[in-house]
Amino acid sequence: MYVTNYRLYLRSVEIDPVVILDVPLGVIARIEKMGGASSRGENSYGLDITCKDMRNLRFALKQEGHSRRDIFEILTKHAFPQSHNLPFFAFVNEEKFAENGWMVYNPMSEYRRQRLPNEQWRVTFINEHYGLCDTYPSLLVVPYNATDDDLKKVAAFRSRNRIPVLSWIHPENQAVVMRSSQPLVGMSGKRNKDDERYLDIIRDANGQISKLTIYDARPSVNAVANKATGGGYEGDDAYPNAELFFLDIHNIHVMRESLKKLKDIVYPNVEESHWLSSLESTHWLEHIKLVLTGAIQVADKVSSGKSSVLVHCSDGWDRTAQLTSLAMLMLDSYYRTIVGFEVLVQKEWISFGHKFASRIGHGDKNHADADRSPIFLQFIDCVWQMSKQFPTAFEFNEQFLITILDHLYSCRFGTFLYSCESVREKEVVTERTLSLWSLINSEKAKHTNPFYTKELNRALYPVASMRHLELWVNYYIRWNPRIRQQVSQLL
Amino acid sequence: MRGELLLCEANTVLKCVQEDGSNRGAYGKLICTNFKIAFLGDESASDDNEPEFKNKIIGENDITLHCVDHIYGVYDEKKKSLSGQLKKYPEKLIIYCKDLRVFHFCLRYTKEEEVKRIVSGIVHHSQTPKLLKRLFLFSYAIAAPTNTETQSQTVMFDAIKDWREELERTKGNMKYKVLSANEAYKVSEKLPLYFVVPMSLSEESILQYQGRGIPIWCWSCHNGASLLKMSAFPKEQEDNTSQMHKIFLDGVYKTINKPPYEVLKTDDLSSSLPSLQDIQAAYTRFKQLFLIDNSTDFWDTDVKWFSLLESTNWLEIVRRCLKKAIEVVEYLEGQNTNVLLIEENASDLCCVISSLVQVMMDSHYRTKFGFQSLIQKEWVMGGHCFLDRCNHLRQSDKEEAPVFLLFLDCVWQLVQQYPPAFEFTETYLTVLSDSLYIPIFSTFFFNSPHQKDTNVSGEGHNAQSSHFRFLTVWDWSVQFEPKAQVLLNNPLYVEKPKLDKSQRKTTRFKHQRQLSLPLTQTKSSPKRGFFREETDHFIKNILGKRISKLINSSDELHNNFTEFYDSWHCKPVDFHGLLLPHIEGPGIKVWAQRYLRWIPEAQLLGGGTVATATKILDVIEEVQSLQKKMDEKHSLTVPQSREALPMLRNSARLSSLFPFALLQRHSLKPVLPTSTWKDLEDEDDLAKRDDEFVDLSEVI
Repeated sequence: MYVTNYRLYLRSVEIDPVVILDVPLGVIARIEKMGGASSRGENSYGLDITCKDMRNLRFALKQEGHSRRDIFEILTKHAFPQSHNLPFFAFVNEEKFAENGWMVYNPMSEYRRQRLPNEQWRVTFINEHYGLCDTYPSLLVVPYNATDDDLKKVAAFRSRNRIPVLSWIHPENQAVVMRSSQPLVGMSGKRNKDDERYLDIIRDANGQISKLTIYDARPSVNAVANKATGGGYEGDDAYPNAELFFLDIHNIHVMRESLKKLKDIVYPNVEESHWLSSLESTHWLEHIKLVLTGAIQVADKVSSGKSSVLVHCSDGWDRTAQLTSLAMLMLDSYYRTIVGFEVLVQKEWISFGHKFASRIGHGDKNHADADRSPIFLQFIDCVWQMSKQFPTAFEFNEQFLITILDHLYSCRFGTFLYSCESVREKEVVTERTLSLWSLINSEKAKHTNPFYTKELNRALYPVASMRHLELWVNYYIRWNPRIRQQVSQLL
Repeated sequence: MRGELLLCEANTVLKCVQEDGSNRGAYGKLICTNFKIAFLGDESASDDNEPEFKNKIIGENDITLHCVDHIYGVYDEKKKSLSGQLKKYPEKLIIYCKDLRVFHFCLRYTKEEEVKRIVSGIVHHSQTPKLLKRLFLFSYAIAAPTNTETQSQTVMFDAIKDWREELERTKGNMKYKVLSANEAYKVSEKLPLYFVVPMSLSEESILQYQGRGIPIWCWSCHNGASLLKMSAFPKEQEDNTSQMHKIFLDGVYKTINKPPYEVLKTDDLSSSLPSLQDIQAAYTRFKQLFLIDNSTDFWDTDVKWFSLLESTNWLEIVRRCLKKAIEVVEYLEGQNTNVLLIEENASDLCCVISSLVQVMMDSHYRTKFGFQSLIQKEWVMGGHCFLDRCNHLRQSDKEEAPVFLLFLDCVWQLVQQYPPAFEFTETYLTVLSDSLYIPIFSTFFFNSPHQKDTNVSGEGHNAQSSHFRFLTVWDWSVQFEPKAQVLLNNPLYVEKPKLDKSQRKTTRFKHQRQLSLPLTQTKSSPKRGFFREETDHFIKNILGKRISKLINSSDELHNNFTEFYDSWHCKPVDFHGLLLPHIEGPGIKVWAQRYLRWIPEAQLLGGGTVATATKILDVIEEVQSLQKKMDEKHSLTVPQSREALPMLRNSARLSSLFPFALLQRHSLKPVLPTSTWKDLEDEDDLAKRDDEFVDLSEVI
């Protein structure tokens, strides 16, 4: 076994076939010593390592010498560099790739692809130095009829200044998908004329007379409860031209617990006799169903052309990102290509401030941090469900999604490090690290779906029924030797 | 249709179609014949709407009388089961079919007189007991002009030559022989005319108990180990008869335990697998989940879908059958041991397990003709009581059990886990399961070859009847046009590379897998047993001491199984070699094509496996046309005929339900769950929290 600053590598000497274990240190969530000097019995003394990718590793060590202490210290130091004032591996990675993944996403060309700006929508540089909102990207698309001053006033009424901005525009009917955070209504039911006017401008932009549809991703109880801490939702009185629906998607804590339960039933052994009811009791697929259902509603509303849509949750960086990106995936076939999907992730998740650093806890030893939650994993799972239902609609294959998830934790690339663009700019991530897309785009064949059939402008609606949702066995249960076989067959 | 007689009809019946939550309908005529119930729409469908995958026998609105499962009448919004004599006639008729279609016929606008006639007609002809001779099968066969016999590649196993060739193919001919002792069914009416037994068995012993207690050969493995089956003696017997049985069996076991037959494991399936009643009960619960009246029903059950599925126990039964088959494979392949399956008549679970073992071990049975031959060999000739198990005559509900369907479901699990290993598709399995209820094929309408033969030759009051011939289901052209038959063949199947016969035995193709097994054979004593809680008292007595040793070894049995199973799954799959299914929870799935195909809510527009199939066919076609172009360049002869295009072309938006239930949902709107789950039980605390607790009121 050896440990580098990137990985833990173990190759068995005696067992045949050779067991090879190759774990990027970034995957490690927690390292614990088990057994003490006095422990007896085989394998009772050693290290117990919990990983972020649904597995645990257990190493039995000899008690003599101080080998365990050394390994423990080295592992801890390099698995949690942030807690030890060390840089992420991504900053020392000297790999070379044929492609430069940082070139994949350029916000301006993505908006141009959507034929923006146009008469109704403009690109604003108001956030160039992250002065308006420090968790938004520098470039934003807003209604033509709203001035930068208006935007500033609206920002004051939106949680963390995350104002409604455009994510996607329908090429034909001009209906749009907007995203934001919750309005700061509070207990007293505060109102903000600028915000109200701003939403009306948005409603008006596609020339329809109908109401603006607002999807609040939360269950209504939570939205109401948020008023106590100054948040809330758009009430009927203040926003007579908007129609609000709650999508009942639960918060990050519920999702974290659900995944924990899922791990319990698949690792180390797969529950055999009561598999279905055990699976049901984790609620994981029910959460997937709700997220997909929400996204379908967003996509359907926009595609029907009857109204534009605003999506938000509390802060607009977890559930909102899931909903907008999934709806865009359903509406726009470009995002179903390899590069298009990379753009989608760069845009809706990375640039709009999904808090990867806290949700994943890159290089941080605090494994019990309540900010950690598998929101991005859940999104990738939804994408997998869609690709399963529509096996020819996506240019990428399952391996592509698994690779993304592996490097979500690995810290080999700068792609998922940090929580927003402003910090990434400060850390000069694009110059000092490599992009995951460099790796993927350099070996595209490996990530391509052979059944892909190119189709343009076709909305793709998955069926969010438990009858069609499946557990993603090749991801969640891939460490099981019986299942692993299937995975390698697919490669 | 030939031999079809109109029995009753009713006009202005409204057939209701559920769509996007609203009721639509079409008026037409409802008729009932001695073959089917059919709805004839007033507006004849325009040619554009003609489904491309069409069954020539059964139309979209046809229900054969044998396909009717339950009939309900709706009285003042209440659903009541209809049977026997009716006093009151319903305003709506709901027919649940065995292929899981659900029809709603509204009779409100129909003349009262006609309602009476049609409802009682339908109930009478589909629900009341029938005589075998009254089956439509006979009317059809009699009315049919003598068919010219088509030579099919499916081996029917009705000739001695078929058995000999099978013995030769599997190299079983050194130890086993074909008997013709049962010609004219002198030995037993349960056995086929010809069957195969161990060479050393004497003719007298075979004749003694009408074939009971005789090990009958099913198949031989490449290593010489064989799979046998035997009908057990009835368990309750007077003392001296059972004593005689004991002695008899003792003799039989002695004969076949001697070289060259090596060791024999026996497995009494009636104690190690669920009973027929369990299977029937599980399926009754299971199918209920798919007979859905409306959209609300669909979404209400969706919330608890997994636990509902589990509570039916059907998938668990499928899993246990697959597991049992793997156990048998382990004995044959891993331990070089003969296996004898025992069951009362050796014609239910014996058929399931023995055919599964053969599908898993012998790639010949994964081809279409091979699979059909296997069904002929194990099921049709093996005397599976199709007539009783399907309850075609409605004579006794007690005998009904979907054993054959269970087998098809198990095969489907294998097909979905290893699609390239099979020459046929899941669509093939689905239409095969539908063919169980089409009474023009004799294949699934007799209890035994004896019953068929005696009814064909007929006790001859009608001179003509002695000449009719039944159709076999394997003649797919009866049901489908060639272009529809394309869908039954798997485009991804790669034929087994053909090798010299002499080479076959030692080649690398064959058993890559078990050569590298971790030496199970040397480690395990070959005397290890198959018994767990064997209750078969006489076997215990006969084998005496050896058995007691065997019973203790159930742990070892379990270990052997796990080792065999795990080591197989650790190696790459050879699609022409041994195939073991995944039997962990996530591996066993719902045969969605068969069970969900009529449910509009479950439809994936432009998705599902059919999307992949379309793509593959497109690619194949492209390759063919390129090939043709190249050929044209190289030779001057220009090929005249263009091959018929697969029908899947041009239809980019096929739904996942294809080829069934075409265009059920016309709208392109997505389906949205109407009832969603919100209950989080123990997680309430978490659910109430906000993502991150920050007091926003302070921020401003």
